[in-house]
Amino acid sequence: MTDLTKLTLSEARDGLANKDFSATELTKALLKAIEAGNEDLNCYVLPTPDHALAQAKASDKRIKKGDAGELEGLPLGIKDLFCTEGVRTTACSNILDDFKPRYESTVTANLWDAGAVMLGKLNNDEFAMGSSNETSAFGPVVNPWRREGSTDKLVPGGSSGGSSAAVAADLCLAATATDTGGSIRQPAALTGTVGMKPTYGRCSRWGTVAFASSLDQAGPITKTVRDAALMLKVMASHDPKDSTSVDADVPDYEATLKDGVKGLRVGVPKEYRIDGMSKEASALWEQGIAWLKDAGATIHDISLPHTKYALPAYYIIAPAEASSNLARYDGVRYGMRKPGKDLIDTYEETREAGFGAEVKRRVLIGTYVLSAGYYDAYYLKAQKVRTLIKGDFDTAWDKVDVVLTPTTPSPAFAFGEKSGDPLQMYLEDIFTVTVNMAGLPGISVPAGLSGQGTPLGLQLIGKPFDEATLLRAGQTIEDAAGRFSVPKRWWV
Amino acid sequence: MHVDEATVRRIARLARIKITDEEAKDLEGELSSILDWVEQLGEVDTENVEPMTRVVPISLKQRDDVVTDGQKAADVVANAPMSEDDFFVVPKVVE
Repeated sequence: MTDLTKLTLSEARDGLANKDFSATELTKALLKAIEAGNEDLNCYVLPTPDHALAQAKASDKRIKKGDAGELEGLPLGIKDLFCTEGVRTTACSNILDDFKPRYESTVTANLWDAGAVMLGKLNNDEFAMGSSNETSAFGPVVNPWRREGSTDKLVPGGSSGGSSAAVAADLCLAATATDTGGSIRQPAALTGTVGMKPTYGRCSRWGTVAFASSLDQAGPITKTVRDAALMLKVMASHDPKDSTSVDADVPDYEATLKDGVKGLRVGVPKEYRIDGMSKEASALWEQGIAWLKDAGATIHDISLPHTKYALPAYYIIAPAEASSNLARYDGVRYGMRKPGKDLIDTYEETREAGFGAEVKRRVLIGTYVLSAGYYDAYYLKAQKVRTLIKGDFDTAWDKVDVVLTPTTPSPAFAFGEKSGDPLQMYLEDIFTVTVNMAGLPGISVPAGLSGQGTPLGLQLIGKPFDEATLLRAGQTIEDAAGRFSVPKRWWV
Repeated sequence: MHVDEATVRRIARLARIKITDEEAKDLEGELSSILDWVEQLGEVDTENVEPMTRVVPISLKQRDDVVTDGQKAADVVANAPMSEDDFFVVPKVVE
């Protein structure tokens, strides 16, 4: 029998429809893979095998009755930022302790309504703050990819490092993730997976642990572009419970994947040619341009003049919003409490014990930039710069339909390599963060390997709510580049 | 922008996070270097630029003014570290 864990989401869907195997068999194969690999990789902070098997059994019944949903019987991993009813949700922070939500996030509810199966909750940087998954209270995730001839541990990117590593290591067929400054696309690039951040407002934020509310957006990490199309179709919805969720039609993304890029206008922004970009990433970018050109797209030089200010503006806006969002962790309503001598002391003790170093750093930065006398100089200034960043793209859309850039300046790095210097780590998001600032959709597609045999990704940025075009352009890159699988399952 | 130790302590107090002396020292350097780095925004001319309030130009929807929730006290306090009769229990605030 074939190894069911190696199937893509769409292959598994077709296999279930053909009755080649059952949802229970598929789920059991993945649960076995998790059991064998999770100790080394640390992708899952909470596997939920009983839950998964019960869902798979119900799926098999519905398949038998001819009543299958769009993702019927397909086992997924869920980032621990999504609230799952009755199943511990922590955002990988100690402060949430044993929090068991009494409600289900809209995104995951959509998945279960479509028949999907939950294998467990996936690791991430604490409150999604990080680019290496090293800030998780459950410890770091290990990238299944290694440098050629080396056994050194590499990071899987972050914050959705559990999601990216689990998909790359075949510990789920696809995963949910979230992206505030690059947290879907950067880990996808570092693990040879596809990561899609939809337009702000495309997926409901209701029931997702909030980091920076004007930037946060849920999306999938998958093995292929087609799988991303399948997942996004179900994850996206208009939700009256999230006032920023947009009431727009969700197209059948899969149906238009084959349409190709003939006549598509692709923009190449000169401001992304930065010092510090690896030769490999730069060469791959040229390769991506050539692939799209060969497929019939036209290439246009464009300028996004405020690009370099996106990251510093982000590190004002995101911490400011985080400091406000994280005020709710007070040791009173949910999560842990460390008793102090009075109420204020209880707050302070609880938050000191419950938050990790990076979260504290960002809450303090956010508190500072919002504090009396500094608001105009920092927060208001950053929001004005944000208007200019979005304006750059609005101008570009007169000339082009999508923008092509590298996803990251360099491939996966080793544990500890950047965690000592916050600024060094922040630079991981240099190519992805503009997309969040402008609220646009972006996708990272694996496109090649570095000299050391580790994956690199290309990023496509699109017009608001034009995910369909991004996905078919992504499909063109995937068709040209081929897929990239981990050469050896060293963790088994 | 240099943030001194007293400022770090003031901010930590506002954020309701207790910090140790050692943490205050580390944060002094870290916060200063992050704030130095964001100073580059000063180069950008933002005269007559509106601050962004939303990336997608939609107006907020209004829903019917009816009760959509309620009678869920048990759910609300279910995850509280301490509760009694559907109330959150905290240390005494008023003498």
